[in-house]
Order: sequence, then structure tokens, then C-alpha cells
Amino acid sequence: MITELGHFCLILAFAVALFQTVVPLVGAWRRWPGWMAAAEPAALVQAVLVGASFAALTWAFVTSDFSLRLVWANSHSAKPMLYKITGVWGNHEGSMLLWILIVALFGGAAALFGTNLPPSLRARVLGVQGMIGAAFLAFLLFTSNPFLRLAVPPFDGQDLNPLLQDPGLAFHPPFLYLGYVGLSMSFSFAIAALLEGRVDAAWGRWVRPWTLAAWVFLTIGIALGSWWAYYELGWGGFWFWDPVENASFMPWLVAAALLHSAIVVEKRESLKSWTILLAIIAFGFSLIGAFITRSGIITSVHAFATDPERGVFLLAITAAFMGGGLTLFAARSEIMASKGVFGLISRESALVFNNILLGVAAFVVFVGTIWPLVSEMTFDRKLSVGAPFFNMAFTPFMVALGVILPLGAMLPWKRAKLGRIARKLAPAAVLALAVGALVWAMEEGRSALGPVGLMLGTWLVAGSVVDLWSRTGNSGFARLGRLPRADWGRVVAHAGLGVTMAGIAGMLAWQSEDIRVVQIGDTVELSGYEITLEAVNQVQGPNYVSTMADVRLSKDGREIGTMHPEKRVYPVAGMPTTEAALDNGFLRDIYIALGDPQQGGGWAMRSYVKPLANWIWGGALLMALGGALSLSDRRYRVAAGAAKQARVQQGVPAE
Amino acid sequence: MRRIVQTLRALLCLSLLSLALPAQAVQPDEILEDPALEERARDISTGLRCLVCRNENIDDSNADLARDLRLLVRERLVAGDSDEEVVDFIVARYGEYVLLQPRAGGSNLVLWLAGPAMLLLGVGIGLGYIRRRGRARSMGEAETLSAEEEARLKEILKN
Repeated sequence: MITELGHFCLILAFAVALFQTVVPLVGAWRRWPGWMAAAEPAALVQAVLVGASFAALTWAFVTSDFSLRLVWANSHSAKPMLYKITGVWGNHEGSMLLWILIVALFGGAAALFGTNLPPSLRARVLGVQGMIGAAFLAFLLFTSNPFLRLAVPPFDGQDLNPLLQDPGLAFHPPFLYLGYVGLSMSFSFAIAALLEGRVDAAWGRWVRPWTLAAWVFLTIGIALGSWWAYYELGWGGFWFWDPVENASFMPWLVAAALLHSAIVVEKRESLKSWTILLAIIAFGFSLIGAFITRSGIITSVHAFATDPERGVFLLAITAAFMGGGLTLFAARSEIMASKGVFGLISRESALVFNNILLGVAAFVVFVGTIWPLVSEMTFDRKLSVGAPFFNMAFTPFMVALGVILPLGAMLPWKRAKLGRIARKLAPAAVLALAVGALVWAMEEGRSALGPVGLMLGTWLVAGSVVDLWSRTGNSGFARLGRLPRADWGRVVAHAGLGVTMAGIAGMLAWQSEDIRVVQIGDTVELSGYEITLEAVNQVQGPNYVSTMADVRLSKDGREIGTMHPEKRVYPVAGMPTTEAALDNGFLRDIYIALGDPQQGGGWAMRSYVKPLANWIWGGALLMALGGALSLSDRRYRVAAGAAKQARVQQGVPAE
Repeated sequence: MRRIVQTLRALLCLSLLSLALPAQAVQPDEILEDPALEERARDISTGLRCLVCRNENIDDSNADLARDLRLLVRERLVAGDSDEEVVDFIVARYGEYVLLQPRAGGSNLVLWLAGPAMLLLGVGIGLGYIRRRGRARSMGEAETLSAEEEARLKEILKN
């Protein structure tokens, strides 16, 4: 019954989304206030309906209703409750419903918080958002309906893929989708501004918080996925340049460029057409990401949607939105003339270079991702493009970005003297060089990766500190607390990038490993640590059987702790997983994975010391925190507050 | 195998990381006695694709084929091949699909030059734009906001 209600809500939501597309857009075109005003309730109703539909599907998973095909295929009655819930989006149909829910929620949020927008702009933003919702609702209803029943309900389900039964991966998709779909708001704002025929500073201010929010979510989502890979895959890799990863990384890069260029629009009325283009492209990459992951076209061996219908449908959605958006963009180029005047050495120029580097980096990732497909189709050359290529082609852009970032962040608008900024940053540069030289002298191998990475990291962090300090003027510490949140946000996010760069370089340059067969009681020595296999036991979990080892970790005879690497077998899914044991530290992780029992007795054991590992995700968290700080800046809150106040004032006389 | 394919498919519904089974990768019995030779074997392995896996190199993969390839690499190294000879040997057997870093010849030049070319183009356009903005006469800040919007902005900032 609840399932049918959910199904019905979904169909109603589709109808509402169509209404939300047509009525406000026509209203804005014809300047009919009543029609424009229809956008707001429509967006809210759509959000409620999709929410109800999602709740119904969640209910089916929670109560293990195996008459639903989707629940049967992805759940099991013995599964822990947390993974029954997260199982809702652990499959194609459910994750698509989550995607649509987020589209609708963003639309609803824009209706609620967008009261300070001009009515016609708001109607158009919500109209475009409704169009996106309608397209994906149609995709879901016509090709991947989550509410299909089974004629004969089976006794129990097939269980969720064990790899997904993990906290890191359970919450990775919602964050990622919040990011992907958040970019649909930037897209809607861009299209609405083009329809409106007006791109100005106010538009820059309105679009930036949505982009910032999307970027923050995307950062967290990518970091969660990477962290999961690190501890789950059994040897501590954290990034593989897989097409599916690239699909999430490209929108991240473009969104990073977009949120920087939107500042220029907001503050200086320049870079308008570029910013609009970026907003269109950023969402385009989100759509391409959905297409790549769900059509299986890039790595055909791993086709997810065996049904080509889905791929074609998604490609059509992508083509329609990108084609329409770009055509509109080309037709309306005259409204996007720049107004600000600035010199070669100015913050505007620095942000232009930031955008060039991020944009070209995203382009390189894009070309690398689709090249195998293009090459096979046009040149009949079947080849692979993998991590070595991306590392070589992508890294230089990030190094260049890191080098110019502290300078650019401190340059004033319009016209600047490089000398003054350089003098302020000199201590940071000296510190960075000193750290680089020290590391170079201390390291054993002569690899440039570690010293360069740490030098860049130091430069970024120290540069951020200088940036923050220079903002206080002469009043020192007292003013630090009163600085705008946007300043704090910028500084924290830039420092976070430095921490991540240092972490990646440190871990890749200096990790040490030991792979061998150990008997119970054997000790492995690795980089000054003693790792002793003490026992191996069988442990019964809720829906798995675990082979769990007790491993003692000590240094110089002093015990640090006991670690428990596991191998699990999930009998229903018939699949083993590795649960590595980690001893987290500020400067290093100790990483132990248990392998197979050996024929001559003993166990294969893999031990790693990974320096600076946690800095990778720590830096990502800092970047997200910086974004969140920026998002809470007074200038966004003030605008929202003013709108609220205006409403309250209107309300008073009526009483 | 069918099971693996199924689980792989299930994994793909996530937008990020979907790799094969938990990798056990290099096994203890494969490691060469000579650390220098083993080091070279590892280096070569990270550049070779496990042909039956999803975008994994043979060093990280636990597929049987990856193990065969790892052993083959080590066999050739012990036989005295140089790194290039080992890679050439593998490519001759399995085709260039096995290389994770495509060779920069023929049509692949497009792949290798796309980044640098785009960078040059971007910098050219960017510099041109910056120069135009530098020369442009100031059009007056007042033009950027209408009087009505100025008033609204003032009101907002006052609160």
C-alpha cells in the first residue's frame, strides 16, 4: 500500500514538475505575476511529493518488503538497520530517486530562501529547476522504476553488495549527489539570467552561495569515497583515476573555477560570460558523470546498465540541457559585456589564471577519460589511459596553481604592485624553501616528489597565515575574530589545499611496505615499528563470518596498541571483503591487511607505513570547512535577513 | 565469475570508486630475492593494466591473469631484460591496451598535446582579455546598478 502511494507520489511529482516548468517560464516571459508566483508553491509541492516517494521506498527497505524487486535485489533481512537504510541508494534506481529528491529539495530551498530575488528571475530559476526535475523524473519512471513488484515475493533478499556495507561508502553517495545536483542550481541561475537578459553583480552574489554549497558537498563526497578506498581495498590506494572517479572530479574542478569567477562578477562586474559558461559546463559535467557511471560506455566490460535504453535516455538529457544552454549562451552574448577595468597585476588577473589552470586541468581529465572511447571509434586503436598518464598530465597544473595561489589571494583588486605583496609573502617563501631543502637533505631516496610537495604545502599554509595576518592591519590579534567569515573561509580552504598536496606527496614518496608470510608469533620490522601476529580467530558478525587477526604494534619495545585486520565473507552475497586495520597518527598511518592462509601454515600479511596519509583527507575537510565558513559570511546572511525582515514588516499591518 | 560481474555492476551505481574485489595484489611468494630487481618489477607493474579488471594495474589486482603477468614480468627481469624490453615483450603479446600510459605516437599525439594546446589557447585568450580590460575606459560604476537597485542595496546594507 505504502509502496503504491510512493509510486503515485512520484507520478504526481512528475506532473507538478511539468507544471513548474511551463507556467512560471511563460509567466516570466509574458510578465504575468500570477503565473510567475505559481513557481514557489509548485517547487515546494514537488519537494514534498518526491520526499514522500523516497520515504515510501525507504520504508520498504526498512521493513524488508521483498515483494519489491529492488528491495529483494539489494537487501536482506539480517542486514544491520543502518545498511538497510543506506541500501536505498546502493543501486541504480534508488540512487536516481535520491538524485531527484535532491533536485527537488534544492528547488524547494530556492523557493524558500529566494524571496529576495526579483520575481521574474525567481520564476525562471524555479522553472529551469523544474525542467531538470521533470527530465530525471521521466527517466526514472520510464526506464528505471524503483517501485516495480515481484509477482511471487521471495522469502529473503539477495543482500547488498558487502563493499557498500560500510560507513564511508554508505554516506558517500548522498554527499556526492548534493554536490552534483547543487550545480543544477548554478545552471538554473545561469539560464534564468540569460533568459532575463541581465547578468550583473547581484546575480553573482545570488549564484555564489549555491555553487559554494555544491562544491563543499562535492569535496566531502569525493573525500569520503577516497577514504573508503584507502581502508577498504587492502593496500591503501586512495585515488585511481578511474572514469567513474574522474566523473566526480571534473565537476569539482569546474565548480572550484566557477566559485572563484563568480567573485569577479560580484565584486567587479567582469568575467560575466565566462562565469555563465562555467555554470553551464559545471552542470554539464555532472550530467556527463551520470551518463558515464550509468551507461557503462567508457569501460564496456563493466556495463552497469545492460539496457542501452537508459544510456540513450541520459545522453539525450545531457545533450538537451547542454545544447539548449550553450545555444542560449551564444544568442545572448551581448548582455554579458564586462565593465570593470583592471591591470595585468591585479586580483582579477590572478583569478583569470586560477580559472585557466582549473579549466585546463578539468579538460585534461576529460580528454584522458574519453580518449579510449574516441580512439577505438575513430582510429580503431584499443588502448587504456590510466593513472600514469593522469599523474603526469594533471600534476603540473596543480603545482602551478599552488605556486601562484598565495600571491593571487593577496593581490588587491584593479591594480596592484607585485613587489609589495612579494615582500609580505617573503617569510612564507623562505620557510617553504627551508622545509623543502630540509626534507631533501633528510630523505633517503633522491625523489623530488616529497620535497616539492612539502614545499608547496608549506607555501600554501604559510601564505594563508600571512594573508590572514595582513587582513588584520595593525590591530593584530584583536581583529582576527572580527574578520569577515569570507576571509576566514578563503584562508582555511587555501591552507587545506596545501595540506592535501603535502599529504599526497608525502604518502606517495615515502611509504614503506612489507609483504610476507608470517606464522603466529612472528614479528615483522618495518620503518622502526615491530608488528607481531599474535592470533587469528573466527568471529561471527550479523551477516558475515570474519577471520580476525590480533596484531600487536610496538616501537622500540614499547607497545602502541593491538590492531585487528579482518577478512570477511558475506555468505548471502557470496563475496569476501578485506577490512584493513589502521593505526592513525598525525605523521603516519600504520596499515595492516590480512591475506590468505598459506599452504605451509601461516598467513600472508601486508604491512605498510604511510607517512602523512591523514593529511590528504584532513586537507579536504579543511577545504570543505573553508567553503562552509565562506557560506556563512555576513553578506549572504544579511541579504537573507533583510528579506525576512521585509516579510515581517509586511505582516504587521495585517494583524 | 558471473557473481563478480554482478557485484561489479552493483558497485557501479555509486558514482565514485568502484573497483574490483578487495585487492590482495602482490603475493609473498612472487617477490624476488633481489630488492633492486623487485623494485623494478613493481615499477613496471604499476604501468601495466590487468586486462580483465576495471582500470586496475597488475600490481594492485588480485585476478589470476594479473598474477600471471606479474610473474611474467619478473621472469623476464631475472632473465636479464631491460625495463623497456620487458614492456615491449608484454605489449607484443597483449597489445597496447595493456599500457596504462599510452605511447605518444600517431593518433595519441592528440591526447598528449590536448592539455598543452588548451593551456596555450587559454593563456592567450586570458591575456588578451586582461589587456582589453586594462585599456578599456572606465564606464563608471554607477552604470552597474540601477538607481532602484542602489537604494535596495543601501537598505540591505543598513540593516
